[in-house]
Amino acid sequence: MKNYYKQTGILLIGGSAGSIHVLLKMLPNLDKELSFPIIIVLHRKAGSESILEELLRAYTNLPVIEAYDKLKIHHSCIYLAPPDYHLLFEDKEHVIMDLSEKVNYSRPSIDVTFRSAAYIFKTGTTALLLSGANNDGVEGMRSVIRYGGTILLQDPDTAEVNYMPKQVLLGMQVHEILRPEDMASFINQLNSKQ
Amino acid sequence: MMEPDIVKDAEMEILLKDIFSIYDYDFTQYSKASLKRRLNRICIIDKFTSFAELRYRLVNDASYLPHFIEEITVNVTEMFRDPHFYKALRKDILPVLGTHPFIRIWIAGCATGEEAYSLAILLKETGLYERSLIYATDINPGALEKASRGIFPAGPMKQYAENYILSGGTKDLSSYYVSQYDRVRFHSALNEKMIFSTHNLVSDASFNEFQLILCRNVLIYFDKDLQNSVFKLFDDSLQPLGYLALGAKETIRFSNLDYKYRQWNNEKIWKKIGPES
Repeated sequence: MKNYYKQTGILLIGGSAGSIHVLLKMLPNLDKELSFPIIIVLHRKAGSESILEELLRAYTNLPVIEAYDKLKIHHSCIYLAPPDYHLLFEDKEHVIMDLSEKVNYSRPSIDVTFRSAAYIFKTGTTALLLSGANNDGVEGMRSVIRYGGTILLQDPDTAEVNYMPKQVLLGMQVHEILRPEDMASFINQLNSKQ
Repeated sequence: MMEPDIVKDAEMEILLKDIFSIYDYDFTQYSKASLKRRLNRICIIDKFTSFAELRYRLVNDASYLPHFIEEITVNVTEMFRDPHFYKALRKDILPVLGTHPFIRIWIAGCATGEEAYSLAILLKETGLYERSLIYATDINPGALEKASRGIFPAGPMKQYAENYILSGGTKDLSSYYVSQYDRVRFHSALNEKMIFSTHNLVSDASFNEFQLILCRNVLIYFDKDLQNSVFKLFDDSLQPLGYLALGAKETIRFSNLDYKYRQWNNEKIWKKIGPES
Protein backbone atom coordinates (compact mmCIF):
# COMPACT_ATOMS: atom_id res chain seq x y z
CA MET A 1 0.00 0.00 0.00
CA LYS A 2 1.57 3.23 -1.13
CA ASN A 3 1.56 6.07 1.34
CA TYR A 4 -0.27 8.64 -0.72
CA TYR A 5 -3.42 6.54 -0.80
CA LYS A 6 -3.94 7.57 2.80
CA GLN A 7 -4.78 11.07 1.56
CA THR A 8 -8.16 9.89 0.34
CA GLY A 9 -10.75 12.52 1.24
CA ILE A 10 -13.47 11.15 -1.01
CA LEU A 11 -13.98 7.80 -2.69
CA LEU A 12 -15.92 7.89 -5.95
CA ILE A 13 -17.32 4.77 -7.55
CA GLY A 14 -18.74 4.91 -11.07
CA GLY A 15 -20.29 2.21 -13.18
CA SER A 16 -23.04 1.29 -15.56
CA ALA A 17 -24.06 -1.98 -17.15
CA GLY A 18 -22.98 -4.95 -15.09
CA SER A 19 -21.60 -3.07 -12.11
CA ILE A 20 -24.26 -3.73 -9.49
CA HIS A 21 -23.15 -7.26 -8.72
CA VAL A 22 -19.60 -5.93 -8.27
CA LEU A 23 -20.91 -3.52 -5.65
CA LEU A 24 -22.82 -6.30 -3.95
CA LYS A 25 -19.61 -8.31 -3.68
CA MET A 26 -17.62 -5.37 -2.31
CA LEU A 27 -20.02 -3.66 0.09
CA PRO A 28 -20.41 -6.38 2.76
CA ASN A 29 -16.66 -6.40 3.39
CA LEU A 30 -16.09 -2.68 3.87
CA ASP A 31 -15.02 -1.52 7.34
CA LYS A 32 -17.70 0.24 9.37
CA GLU A 33 -15.38 3.16 10.05
CA LEU A 34 -13.89 4.83 7.01
CA SER A 35 -12.13 8.20 7.04
CA PHE A 36 -13.97 9.40 3.92
CA PRO A 37 -17.46 9.41 2.35
CA ILE A 38 -18.22 7.14 -0.60
CA ILE A 39 -20.14 8.52 -3.58
CA ILE A 40 -21.64 6.03 -6.02
CA VAL A 41 -22.73 7.13 -9.50
CA LEU A 42 -24.52 4.44 -11.47
CA HIS A 43 -26.27 4.79 -14.77
CA ARG A 44 -29.87 3.90 -14.20
CA LYS A 45 -33.27 4.57 -15.59
CA ALA A 46 -35.13 7.67 -14.41
CA GLY A 47 -38.03 6.72 -12.17
CA SER A 48 -36.29 3.67 -10.70
CA GLU A 49 -36.50 5.61 -7.43
CA SER A 50 -35.33 4.03 -4.22
CA ILE A 51 -35.05 0.36 -5.24
CA LEU A 52 -31.29 0.56 -5.71
CA GLU A 53 -30.85 2.37 -2.41
CA GLU A 54 -32.70 -0.42 -0.61
CA LEU A 55 -30.78 -3.13 -2.43
CA LEU A 56 -27.39 -1.66 -1.51
CA ARG A 57 -28.54 -1.10 2.05
CA ALA A 58 -29.21 -4.82 2.43
CA TYR A 59 -25.55 -5.53 1.64
CA THR A 60 -23.73 -3.13 3.97
CA ASN A 61 -23.61 -1.89 7.55
CA LEU A 62 -22.69 1.59 6.37
CA PRO A 63 -25.57 4.04 6.00
CA VAL A 64 -26.72 4.33 2.36
CA ILE A 65 -28.33 7.65 1.48
CA GLU A 66 -29.71 8.81 -1.85
CA ALA A 67 -28.25 12.28 -2.25
CA TYR A 68 -30.36 15.43 -2.43
CA ASP A 69 -29.70 19.12 -2.90
CA LYS A 70 -27.18 20.75 -0.47
CA LEU A 71 -26.78 17.50 1.45
CA LYS A 72 -23.93 17.54 3.97
CA ILE A 73 -21.79 14.45 3.50
CA HIS A 74 -20.01 12.52 6.25
CA HIS A 75 -17.25 9.93 6.45
CA SER A 76 -18.27 6.27 6.72
CA CYS A 77 -21.45 6.93 4.75
CA ILE A 78 -22.38 5.87 1.23
CA TYR A 79 -24.18 8.38 -1.01
CA LEU A 80 -25.95 7.43 -4.17
CA ALA A 81 -26.42 9.88 -7.04
CA PRO A 82 -30.19 10.06 -7.63
CA PRO A 83 -31.64 9.13 -11.02
CA ASP A 84 -31.90 11.93 -13.58
CA TYR A 85 -29.71 14.49 -11.78
CA HIS A 86 -26.02 15.24 -12.06
CA LEU A 87 -24.27 15.26 -8.69
CA LEU A 88 -21.70 18.01 -8.12
CA PHE A 89 -19.58 19.07 -5.14
CA GLU A 90 -20.17 22.63 -3.95
CA ASP A 91 -17.34 22.23 -1.42
CA LYS A 92 -15.75 19.37 0.54
CA GLU A 93 -18.83 18.94 2.71
CA HIS A 94 -21.80 19.56 0.43
CA VAL A 95 -23.15 18.03 -2.74
CA ILE A 96 -25.64 19.74 -5.05
CA MET A 97 -27.99 18.51 -7.75
CA ASP A 98 -27.93 19.74 -11.33
CA LEU A 99 -30.51 19.07 -14.01
CA SER A 100 -28.56 20.41 -16.97
CA GLU A 101 -28.20 18.52 -20.26
CA LYS A 102 -27.17 14.86 -20.26
CA VAL A 103 -23.46 14.18 -20.72
CA ASN A 104 -22.49 11.09 -22.74
CA TYR A 105 -26.24 10.38 -22.95
CA SER A 106 -26.17 10.02 -19.16
CA ARG A 107 -27.69 11.83 -16.18
CA PRO A 108 -26.23 11.26 -13.69
CA SER A 109 -22.97 11.35 -15.59
CA ILE A 110 -19.88 9.77 -14.03
CA ASP A 111 -17.66 12.28 -15.82
CA VAL A 112 -19.55 15.21 -14.31
CA THR A 113 -19.25 13.94 -10.72
CA PHE A 114 -15.64 12.80 -11.04
CA ARG A 115 -14.57 16.14 -12.56
CA SER A 116 -16.35 18.11 -9.88
CA ALA A 117 -14.78 16.01 -7.12
CA ALA A 118 -11.32 16.28 -8.65
CA TYR A 119 -11.61 20.05 -8.71
CA ILE A 120 -12.68 20.24 -5.06
CA PHE A 121 -10.64 17.42 -3.45
CA LYS A 122 -7.57 17.57 -5.71
CA THR A 123 -5.04 14.94 -4.52
CA GLY A 124 -7.60 13.67 -2.02
CA THR A 125 -9.76 12.21 -4.77
CA THR A 126 -9.79 8.46 -5.25
CA ALA A 127 -11.95 7.19 -8.10
CA LEU A 128 -12.91 3.61 -8.93
CA LEU A 129 -14.44 2.86 -12.32
CA LEU A 130 -16.37 -0.37 -12.77
CA SER A 131 -17.86 -2.32 -15.61
CA GLY A 132 -19.62 -0.32 -18.30
CA ALA A 133 -20.63 -0.10 -21.91
CA ASN A 134 -20.09 3.55 -22.80
CA ASN A 135 -17.46 6.24 -22.53
CA ASP A 136 -18.89 8.04 -19.53
CA GLY A 137 -16.25 7.97 -16.80
CA VAL A 138 -13.17 8.09 -18.98
CA GLU A 139 -12.82 11.89 -19.01
CA GLY A 140 -13.64 11.94 -15.31
CA MET A 141 -10.75 9.59 -14.60
CA ARG A 142 -8.48 11.84 -16.66
CA SER A 143 -9.53 14.83 -14.52
CA VAL A 144 -8.80 12.96 -11.31
CA ILE A 145 -5.27 12.28 -12.56
CA ARG A 146 -4.81 15.87 -13.70
CA TYR A 147 -5.54 17.11 -10.17
CA GLY A 148 -3.18 14.57 -8.60
CA GLY A 149 -5.77 12.07 -7.40
CA THR A 150 -5.74 8.29 -7.54
CA ILE A 151 -7.55 6.15 -10.11
CA LEU A 152 -8.57 2.54 -9.58
CA LEU A 153 -10.07 0.29 -12.22
CA GLN A 154 -12.01 -2.92 -12.23
CA ASP A 155 -9.96 -5.60 -13.95
CA PRO A 156 -11.50 -5.69 -17.45
CA ASP A 157 -11.22 -9.51 -17.41
CA THR A 158 -13.72 -9.56 -14.56
CA ALA A 159 -16.11 -6.97 -16.04
CA GLU A 160 -19.42 -8.09 -17.44
CA VAL A 161 -19.08 -5.31 -20.00
CA ASN A 162 -15.45 -4.32 -20.35
CA TYR A 163 -15.66 -1.45 -22.83
CA MET A 164 -15.39 1.29 -20.19
CA PRO A 165 -12.44 -0.15 -18.22
CA LYS A 166 -10.63 -0.91 -21.46
CA GLN A 167 -11.03 2.68 -22.65
CA VAL A 168 -9.31 3.86 -19.49
CA LEU A 169 -6.43 1.42 -19.93
CA LEU A 170 -5.90 2.66 -23.47
CA GLY A 171 -5.20 6.21 -22.46
CA MET A 172 -4.11 6.36 -18.82
CA GLN A 173 -1.72 5.03 -16.24
CA VAL A 174 -3.98 3.41 -13.66
CA HIS A 175 -2.77 3.24 -10.05
CA GLU A 176 -4.37 -0.11 -9.29
CA ILE A 177 -6.37 -2.68 -11.27
CA LEU A 178 -8.67 -4.57 -8.92
CA ARG A 179 -10.74 -7.71 -9.07
CA PRO A 180 -14.18 -7.45 -7.40
CA GLU A 181 -13.17 -9.77 -4.54
CA ASP A 182 -10.13 -7.58 -3.74
CA MET A 183 -11.86 -4.19 -3.83
CA ALA A 184 -13.15 -4.03 -0.25
CA SER A 185 -9.83 -4.87 1.37
CA PHE A 186 -8.11 -2.31 -0.83
CA ILE A 187 -10.63 0.38 0.09
CA ASN A 188 -10.31 -0.51 3.78
CA GLN A 189 -6.58 0.17 3.52
CA LEU A 190 -7.23 3.69 2.22
CA ASN A 191 -8.64 4.42 5.64
CA SER A 192 -6.43 6.91 7.46
CA LYS A 193 -8.14 6.11 10.75
CA GLN A 194 -6.42 2.75 11.01
CA MET B 1 -17.93 16.41 -24.59
CA MET B 2 -14.66 17.39 -22.97
CA GLU B 3 -15.37 20.18 -20.52
CA PRO B 4 -12.44 22.58 -20.26
CA ASP B 5 -11.51 24.65 -17.24
CA ILE B 6 -11.49 28.00 -19.01
CA VAL B 7 -13.09 30.00 -16.19
CA LYS B 8 -11.49 29.76 -12.75
CA ASP B 9 -13.28 30.42 -9.46
CA ALA B 10 -11.73 33.85 -8.90
CA GLU B 11 -12.53 34.86 -12.48
CA MET B 12 -16.12 33.77 -12.04
CA GLU B 13 -16.40 36.13 -9.05
CA ILE B 14 -15.10 39.00 -11.17
CA LEU B 15 -17.52 38.25 -13.98
CA LEU B 16 -20.53 38.00 -11.66
CA LYS B 17 -19.66 41.39 -10.15
CA ASP B 18 -19.41 42.88 -13.65
CA ILE B 19 -22.80 41.49 -14.64
CA PHE B 20 -24.39 42.79 -11.47
CA SER B 21 -22.91 46.27 -11.69
CA ILE B 22 -23.54 46.75 -15.43
CA TYR B 23 -26.77 44.85 -16.05
CA ASP B 24 -28.30 44.45 -12.59
CA TYR B 25 -28.55 40.66 -12.87
CA ASP B 26 -27.33 39.11 -9.63
CA PHE B 27 -25.89 35.60 -10.01
CA THR B 28 -23.56 35.89 -7.01
CA GLN B 29 -25.73 33.60 -4.88
CA TYR B 30 -26.03 30.86 -7.45
CA SER B 31 -24.37 27.51 -6.62
CA LYS B 32 -20.75 27.84 -7.70
CA ALA B 33 -20.28 24.30 -9.01
CA SER B 34 -23.23 24.44 -11.41
CA LEU B 35 -22.57 28.00 -12.54
CA LYS B 36 -18.94 27.29 -13.32
CA ARG B 37 -19.99 24.43 -15.60
CA ARG B 38 -22.42 26.76 -17.39
CA LEU B 39 -19.71 29.41 -17.86
CA ASN B 40 -17.29 26.87 -19.28
CA ARG B 41 -20.07 25.57 -21.50
CA ILE B 42 -20.84 28.99 -22.92
CA CYS B 43 -17.13 29.46 -23.68
CA ILE B 44 -17.32 26.34 -25.86
CA ILE B 45 -20.61 27.33 -27.52
CA ASP B 46 -19.39 30.82 -28.36
CA LYS B 47 -15.78 29.78 -29.02
CA PHE B 48 -14.11 31.84 -26.33
CA THR B 49 -10.70 30.36 -25.61
CA SER B 50 -10.06 32.49 -22.55
CA PHE B 51 -11.91 34.13 -19.71
CA ALA B 52 -10.77 37.54 -20.97
CA GLU B 53 -12.65 37.09 -24.26
CA LEU B 54 -15.88 36.13 -22.52
CA ARG B 55 -15.56 39.07 -20.14
CA TYR B 56 -14.77 41.55 -22.90
CA ARG B 57 -17.80 40.51 -24.93
CA LEU B 58 -20.13 40.58 -21.97
CA VAL B 59 -18.97 43.93 -20.63
CA ASN B 60 -18.85 45.69 -24.00
CA ASP B 61 -21.78 44.24 -25.90
CA ALA B 62 -25.18 44.63 -24.23
CA SER B 63 -26.83 42.75 -27.11
CA TYR B 64 -24.93 39.64 -25.98
CA LEU B 65 -26.67 39.60 -22.59
CA PRO B 66 -29.96 37.86 -23.55
CA HIS B 67 -28.03 35.00 -25.14
CA PHE B 68 -25.78 34.83 -22.08
CA ILE B 69 -28.78 34.63 -19.72
CA GLU B 70 -30.37 31.96 -21.89
CA GLU B 71 -27.29 29.76 -21.86
CA ILE B 72 -26.18 30.37 -18.28
CA THR B 73 -29.52 29.32 -16.82
CA VAL B 74 -30.57 25.69 -17.08
CA ASN B 75 -33.73 25.31 -19.17
CA VAL B 76 -34.01 21.53 -19.12
CA THR B 77 -37.60 20.58 -18.34
CA GLU B 78 -40.14 17.90 -19.23
CA MET B 79 -43.86 17.30 -19.34
CA PHE B 80 -45.21 15.30 -16.40
CA ARG B 81 -41.72 14.82 -14.92
CA ASP B 82 -42.11 12.61 -11.81
CA PRO B 83 -45.56 11.22 -12.76
CA HIS B 84 -46.40 10.39 -9.12
CA PHE B 85 -46.14 14.10 -8.35
CA TYR B 86 -48.70 14.95 -11.02
CA LYS B 87 -50.87 12.11 -9.81
CA ALA B 88 -50.89 13.65 -6.33
CA LEU B 89 -51.78 17.04 -7.84
CA ARG B 90 -54.59 15.50 -9.86
CA LYS B 91 -56.08 13.28 -7.17
CA ASP B 92 -55.49 15.23 -3.97
CA ILE B 93 -54.39 18.83 -4.39
CA LEU B 94 -56.48 20.14 -7.30
CA PRO B 95 -59.79 18.90 -5.79
CA VAL B 96 -58.99 21.01 -2.70
CA LEU B 97 -58.15 24.02 -4.85
CA GLY B 98 -61.43 23.41 -6.64
CA THR B 99 -63.29 24.53 -3.54
CA HIS B 100 -62.12 28.09 -4.28
CA PRO B 101 -64.20 30.15 -6.71
CA PHE B 102 -61.06 31.21 -8.51
CA ILE B 103 -57.68 29.46 -8.70
CA ARG B 104 -54.38 31.25 -9.11
CA ILE B 105 -51.23 29.19 -9.74
CA TRP B 106 -47.66 30.42 -10.10
CA ILE B 107 -45.04 28.38 -11.93
CA ALA B 108 -41.81 30.07 -10.89
CA GLY B 109 -38.93 29.31 -13.24
CA CYS B 110 -41.11 27.75 -15.94
CA ALA B 111 -38.32 27.63 -18.55
CA THR B 112 -39.83 26.60 -21.91
CA GLY B 113 -43.22 25.87 -20.39
CA GLU B 114 -43.58 22.08 -20.38
CA GLU B 115 -44.83 22.12 -16.78
CA ALA B 116 -47.36 24.87 -17.51
CA TYR B 117 -48.90 22.79 -20.31
CA SER B 118 -48.86 19.66 -18.13
CA LEU B 119 -50.71 21.54 -15.42
CA ALA B 120 -53.18 23.02 -17.91
CA ILE B 121 -54.04 19.49 -19.03
CA LEU B 122 -54.65 18.44 -15.42
CA LEU B 123 -56.86 21.48 -14.86
CA LYS B 124 -58.81 20.69 -18.03
CA GLU B 125 -59.32 17.09 -17.01
CA THR B 126 -60.41 17.99 -13.49
CA GLY B 127 -62.84 20.58 -14.84
CA LEU B 128 -61.09 23.53 -13.17
CA TYR B 129 -59.40 25.16 -16.11
CA GLU B 130 -62.07 27.76 -16.84
CA ARG B 131 -61.72 29.35 -13.41
CA SER B 132 -57.95 29.08 -13.18
CA LEU B 133 -55.08 31.36 -14.09
CA ILE B 134 -51.54 30.07 -14.51
CA TYR B 135 -48.81 32.66 -14.06
CA ALA B 136 -45.69 31.24 -15.70
CA THR B 137 -42.55 33.24 -15.02
CA ASP B 138 -38.87 32.90 -15.77
CA ILE B 139 -35.72 35.02 -15.73
CA ASN B 140 -35.16 34.13 -19.38
CA PRO B 141 -37.24 35.99 -22.03
CA GLY B 142 -36.16 33.60 -24.77
CA ALA B 143 -37.52 30.61 -22.87
CA LEU B 144 -40.80 32.43 -22.16
CA GLU B 145 -41.20 33.23 -25.83
CA LYS B 146 -40.96 29.51 -26.60
CA ALA B 147 -43.35 28.68 -23.76
CA SER B 148 -45.98 31.10 -25.00
CA ARG B 149 -45.96 29.53 -28.49
CA GLY B 150 -46.73 26.06 -27.13
CA ILE B 151 -44.55 24.39 -29.74
CA PHE B 152 -42.27 21.62 -28.53
CA PRO B 153 -39.86 19.17 -30.15
CA ALA B 154 -41.61 15.94 -31.14
CA GLY B 155 -38.71 13.73 -29.99
CA PRO B 156 -39.58 13.42 -26.28
CA MET B 157 -43.36 13.18 -26.82
CA LYS B 158 -43.40 9.39 -26.49
CA GLN B 159 -41.79 9.68 -23.06
CA TYR B 160 -44.20 12.48 -22.10
CA ALA B 161 -47.17 10.34 -23.19
CA GLU B 162 -45.96 7.53 -20.92
CA ASN B 163 -45.48 9.99 -18.05
CA TYR B 164 -48.96 11.36 -18.66
CA ILE B 165 -50.54 7.91 -18.41
CA LEU B 166 -48.50 7.11 -15.27
CA SER B 167 -49.73 10.38 -13.76
CA GLY B 168 -53.31 9.16 -14.07
CA GLY B 169 -54.14 10.57 -17.49
CA THR B 170 -56.89 8.66 -19.26
CA LYS B 171 -56.78 10.18 -22.73
CA ASP B 172 -54.14 10.13 -25.41
CA LEU B 173 -51.66 12.97 -24.87
CA SER B 174 -51.62 13.47 -28.64
CA SER B 175 -55.25 14.58 -28.47
CA TYR B 176 -53.90 17.87 -27.04
CA TYR B 177 -51.60 18.75 -29.91
CA VAL B 178 -51.10 18.60 -33.65
CA SER B 179 -47.88 17.24 -35.10
CA GLN B 180 -45.95 19.40 -37.53
CA TYR B 181 -42.90 17.56 -38.87
CA ASP B 182 -40.40 17.34 -36.01
CA ARG B 183 -42.49 19.50 -33.69
CA VAL B 184 -45.85 19.47 -32.01
CA ARG B 185 -48.14 22.43 -31.40
CA PHE B 186 -50.38 22.29 -28.34
CA HIS B 187 -53.95 23.51 -28.79
CA SER B 188 -54.33 27.19 -28.05
CA ALA B 189 -57.20 26.31 -25.69
CA LEU B 190 -54.46 25.17 -23.29
CA ASN B 191 -52.64 28.47 -23.03
CA GLU B 192 -55.48 30.97 -23.05
CA LYS B 193 -55.39 30.94 -19.24
CA MET B 194 -51.62 31.28 -19.03
CA ILE B 195 -49.89 34.57 -18.34
CA PHE B 196 -46.21 34.63 -19.26
CA SER B 197 -43.93 37.19 -17.69
CA THR B 198 -40.28 37.66 -16.85
CA HIS B 199 -39.59 37.49 -13.15
CA ASN B 200 -36.23 37.20 -11.44
CA LEU B 201 -36.52 35.23 -8.19
CA VAL B 202 -33.34 36.90 -6.96
CA SER B 203 -34.50 40.49 -7.20
CA ASP B 204 -38.21 40.78 -8.04
CA ALA B 205 -40.95 41.06 -5.45
CA SER B 206 -44.16 39.18 -4.84
CA PHE B 207 -46.80 40.18 -7.40
CA ASN B 208 -49.94 38.33 -6.37
CA GLU B 209 -51.35 35.78 -3.95
CA PHE B 210 -51.64 32.17 -5.05
CA GLN B 211 -53.16 28.91 -3.88
CA LEU B 212 -50.42 26.85 -5.51
CA ILE B 213 -46.83 27.67 -6.35
CA LEU B 214 -44.70 25.27 -8.38
CA CYS B 215 -40.98 25.84 -8.35
CA ARG B 216 -39.36 22.58 -9.33
CA ASN B 217 -35.66 22.14 -9.95
CA VAL B 218 -34.90 25.83 -9.78
CA LEU B 219 -33.71 26.17 -6.18
CA ILE B 220 -30.98 23.56 -6.76
CA TYR B 221 -29.08 26.31 -8.60
CA PHE B 222 -29.24 28.70 -5.62
CA ASP B 223 -27.13 28.74 -2.47
CA LYS B 224 -28.74 28.31 0.96
CA ASP B 225 -29.14 32.04 1.68
CA LEU B 226 -30.78 32.70 -1.64
CA GLN B 227 -33.01 29.67 -1.16
CA ASN B 228 -34.15 31.14 2.13
CA SER B 229 -34.99 34.49 0.57
CA VAL B 230 -36.91 32.77 -2.22
CA PHE B 231 -38.85 30.72 0.34
CA LYS B 232 -39.72 34.05 2.00
CA LEU B 233 -40.91 35.38 -1.38
CA PHE B 234 -43.07 32.28 -1.88
CA ASP B 235 -44.42 32.54 1.65
CA ASP B 236 -45.41 36.17 0.96
CA SER B 237 -47.10 35.01 -2.24
CA LEU B 238 -49.01 32.02 -0.87
CA GLN B 239 -52.43 32.11 0.75
CA PRO B 240 -52.87 30.41 4.10
CA LEU B 241 -53.52 26.70 3.39
CA GLY B 242 -51.94 27.13 -0.04
CA TYR B 243 -49.48 24.62 -1.47
CA LEU B 244 -45.83 24.86 -2.46
CA ALA B 245 -44.41 22.21 -4.79
CA LEU B 246 -40.66 21.66 -5.19
CA GLY B 247 -38.40 19.36 -7.24
CA ALA B 248 -37.72 15.74 -6.32
CA LYS B 249 -34.43 16.51 -4.55
CA GLU B 250 -35.39 19.85 -2.99
CA THR B 251 -36.86 20.55 0.44
CA ILE B 252 -38.07 23.41 2.62
CA ARG B 253 -37.15 21.32 5.67
CA PHE B 254 -33.85 23.01 6.44
CA SER B 255 -35.07 26.55 5.79
CA ASN B 256 -36.19 29.29 8.20
CA LEU B 257 -39.82 28.75 7.18
CA ASP B 258 -40.03 25.03 7.80
CA TYR B 259 -42.21 25.60 10.88
CA LYS B 260 -45.01 27.12 8.77
CA TYR B 261 -45.32 24.20 6.37
CA ARG B 262 -46.45 20.57 6.55
CA GLN B 263 -45.24 18.09 3.96
CA TRP B 264 -48.02 16.33 2.10
CA ASN B 265 -47.78 12.53 2.08
CA ASN B 266 -44.07 12.16 1.27
CA GLU B 267 -44.52 14.09 -1.97
CA LYS B 268 -42.52 17.26 -2.56
CA ILE B 269 -45.62 19.27 -1.77
CA TRP B 270 -45.94 21.42 1.34
CA LYS B 271 -49.10 22.92 2.74
CA LYS B 272 -48.87 26.32 4.40
CA ILE B 273 -50.54 26.02 7.77
CA GLY B 274 -53.25 28.52 8.61
CA PRO B 275 -52.71 31.56 10.85
CA GLU B 276 -54.54 29.98 13.77
CA SER B 277 -53.28 26.40 13.60
